[in-house]
Amino acid sequence: MLGYALRRVLSAIPIALIAVTICFFILRLAPGGPFDGERALPPLVLANLRAHYNLDQPLVVQYFIYIWRLLHGDLGPSMVIEGFSVSRLIAIGFPFTLTLALTAFVIATFVGLVAGMIAAVNQNKWPDYVLVLVVMIGVIIPNFLMAALLQLWFGVYLRWFPAGGWVNGSWMHLVLPVTVLAWPHAARISRLMRGSMIEVLGTNYVRTARSKGIGQRLVLARHAIKPALIPVVSYLGPGLSYLLTGSLAVEQIFGLPGIGKYFITAALNRDYGIVLGTTILYMFIILALNLIVDLVYAWLDPKVRYR
Amino acid sequence: MPNTVLTVEDLSVTFALHDSEVHAVRDMNFTLTESEILAVVGESGSGKSQAFLSIMGLLARNGRATGKAMLGDINLVGMNKSQLDAYRGKDIAMIFQDPMTSLNPSLRVRTQLAEVLVKHRGFDKDKAIRAAIEMLERVGIPEPAKRANAFPHELSGGMRQRVMIAMALLCQPKILIADEPTTALDVTVQAQMLDLFKSLTQDFGTALVLITHDLGVVAGVADRMMVMYGGRAVEKGKVDDLFYDPRHPYTLGLLHSTPHIAHRAARLDPIQGLPPSLEHLPKGCSFNPRCAFRFERCLIERPPLTPTGEGREKACFYEGELSYEKVA
Repeated sequence: MLGYALRRVLSAIPIALIAVTICFFILRLAPGGPFDGERALPPLVLANLRAHYNLDQPLVVQYFIYIWRLLHGDLGPSMVIEGFSVSRLIAIGFPFTLTLALTAFVIATFVGLVAGMIAAVNQNKWPDYVLVLVVMIGVIIPNFLMAALLQLWFGVYLRWFPAGGWVNGSWMHLVLPVTVLAWPHAARISRLMRGSMIEVLGTNYVRTARSKGIGQRLVLARHAIKPALIPVVSYLGPGLSYLLTGSLAVEQIFGLPGIGKYFITAALNRDYGIVLGTTILYMFIILALNLIVDLVYAWLDPKVRYR
Repeated sequence: MPNTVLTVEDLSVTFALHDSEVHAVRDMNFTLTESEILAVVGESGSGKSQAFLSIMGLLARNGRATGKAMLGDINLVGMNKSQLDAYRGKDIAMIFQDPMTSLNPSLRVRTQLAEVLVKHRGFDKDKAIRAAIEMLERVGIPEPAKRANAFPHELSGGMRQRVMIAMALLCQPKILIADEPTTALDVTVQAQMLDLFKSLTQDFGTALVLITHDLGVVAGVADRMMVMYGGRAVEKGKVDDLFYDPRHPYTLGLLHSTPHIAHRAARLDPIQGLPPSLEHLPKGCSFNPRCAFRFERCLIERPPLTPTGEGREKACFYEGELSYEKVA
């Protein structure tokens, strides 16, 4: 299995390279540039700036310069926020984003799994219907609208939680953003878990387990949950990456100091360095998550053998 | 006189559909004694499996059982699942048709065996695993300690069915229900499996219910048999009696449709017609549309299961001689 993991890591290198290349050129094909503003810069200043960031070179040359730096671990400078390197901005913002997304991920996964199981065991009874309703709300309402609704209700009318902003170490400020992020994730997980659990509960081997008289609790915990998790686990990797990207918008709405603040302004300002740097970071996270998911499969389904 | 281990009285099973009810089993009665092998024979949909699933508390959600299945002075029918868990797996165990899907693919064999002993015998895990390995050896699995560590997909179909047998016999149950235990196996393995059933149930004094549609299986091992049709028992008695002197036209038809190597016929002789839909059973005797011996009374009245002497019972009005010629 170690050999398999190593090979997967090695095979990720060309994938990463292709992804970086596509991102680089797509970003450059978009109209506009980092130095377009309301007020046009004097031509000489603009030329100097462009020369400083190598923007005057042919695109292909710029591409190789970028890759060369990347291989040395340098994500380059920000072109808009003066004096900040992309790595430094990531170091400032990303830990917060990661905390927010991971908190939402852990809570949502747990809640989703438990809710899905309860719904499956009570199939077509009231807990199942309640779940369908709650899930639908989570999936249908987009996060920016959900954020506004929660801010208005719990932040402004009821005043239970702050509607936005950040005070260091205050979990109260995290409740609403985590809820907005976690809800759709929990909803999808619970749907998946409900479906696969119902399927597993109808299998011959669960009937065998029941026939042994080991009790409902062991039937569920030992015989049903593990096989039922297989389809859910394959969603967890992409799920976490949705949360990480979704968190960018949610941070912006709630005024939280994550990487979202920089990323969204950077995308609007064509700050090539930051957009590419963040994208590459996320790409590595997603590649790593997929590897972890594949390894978890081996534990869940013994028929999977890694060669 | 051997001890009675199970008495089933007026057992009925119904399934609720959207706007109707289907009676899968009606008014089943029988007793089982220690070490006895009872074959329950019938076509698909005759209710033979559902009757025993209901005793085990394993009916589908929309199924409901009424009547009695007395294990000593405890009625298993209608008992809630957690109470039933004190008996199933311990006093009454079941083996299913398809060994390929009846073992949990994600758990090792030893885990699936040991949990039975942990629950019913209170063994600790190590002791339970040691006992499980002994039982695997007993059912003829080579290198039992190694096989115990295997996952089900690493074993052949015959091996898996042996594992199922070992699992069911761990607590030396009073009753073992085997639902088509050899149907999914190769013919060569079938014979081994039947021998194994016979010797182990004798050793443990376990009564065996063999649910099957294969009369070859019945002839080889069973003491008594019960023939089911349309959810009801239509003939009961000793296997030899029923084989040599069937008294219900359906039993006769079943025997007649079994090919014999001695009489090589150009074509097989199936029973004419199809098994009845349980939703629309014919009026009178359920078998009447397919029966060569029917007369007016069969179309109006349902024949009750009545004793005909020598411990036999049949549900048929026809009292004349049953002949193969008329069936064919």
